[in-house]
Amino acid sequence: MHNFTPVSALIGGVIIGLSVVLYFYSTGRLAGISGIFENAITSTSQKASNLLFLIGLVVGPVIIYYLIMPNKPISFEITNSYLLIIPGGFLVGFGTRLGGGCTSGHGICGIGRLSVNSMIATSIFVTTGVITVFILQQLGIYL
Amino acid sequence: MNDKFISLISGVIFGIGLVISGMTNPEKVIGFLSIAHNWDASLIFVMGGGILTAGPFLFLLKNKETSALGNQINLPKKQKLDSKTIIGASLFGVGWGLVGLCPGPAIAAIATLDPIAFVFLISMAAGVLAKKNIVK
Repeated sequence: MHNFTPVSALIGGVIIGLSVVLYFYSTGRLAGISGIFENAITSTSQKASNLLFLIGLVVGPVIIYYLIMPNKPISFEITNSYLLIIPGGFLVGFGTRLGGGCTSGHGICGIGRLSVNSMIATSIFVTTGVITVFILQQLGIYL
Repeated sequence: MNDKFISLISGVIFGIGLVISGMTNPEKVIGFLSIAHNWDASLIFVMGGGILTAGPFLFLLKNKETSALGNQINLPKKQKLDSKTIIGASLFGVGWGLVGLCPGPAIAAIATLDPIAFVFLISMAAGVLAKKNIVK
């Protein structure tokens, strides 16, 4: 586990948790990103607020990448195969909305509320994710 | 302090948390899903930090009827596990494993200005719209 970064991971997770608390305490809505994304592109209710949350989600990284650490290269290593990118994006969009949540909605908000459904959903998507990566590694696509 | 301003600020804080956690890098997420080879357990600490921070507050606030801004609070009702949740979570996991991006980092990735991030986001939007039109 030479890439293991538990301290920064934990600090980042706590900051994400604080965002969930601020958002819920103020607006009464849970910060599940796939739901906010769906509402921003399909719903008319709270459209501006949902869009502004998503804009913030880009502004946060912009502040770190370009203002706070402009000399540090951006860590963004991603496959360049559109045969993975396009089906991958489609399945993430379709699956999170069919399943009612993503890593934030089920994984953080749902488990934080001790929702059994969210615990099961999170176990399922981590499991199918692990199986997918295992198969891609066997095919030599990922190391 | 209105709803729009709080939404923007919450998004900014969430995005900063994602970058610090390292989860904006798909390679790192693939490392977490790669249990068989060179496993990187960092994502557990991200989720753990988020759950342990948000969980107690969500518990304390769960019986409130209106939020600080006066909005009605509508938490998801307890319901039986249905096939949609199981199939949806399964498909999401496959897409997550193919690329290493889930919705939050997929949107945050726009900040990198990498064209691949835009293609992923458009594909994700197509998936959301397809679900909306196919499954009622």
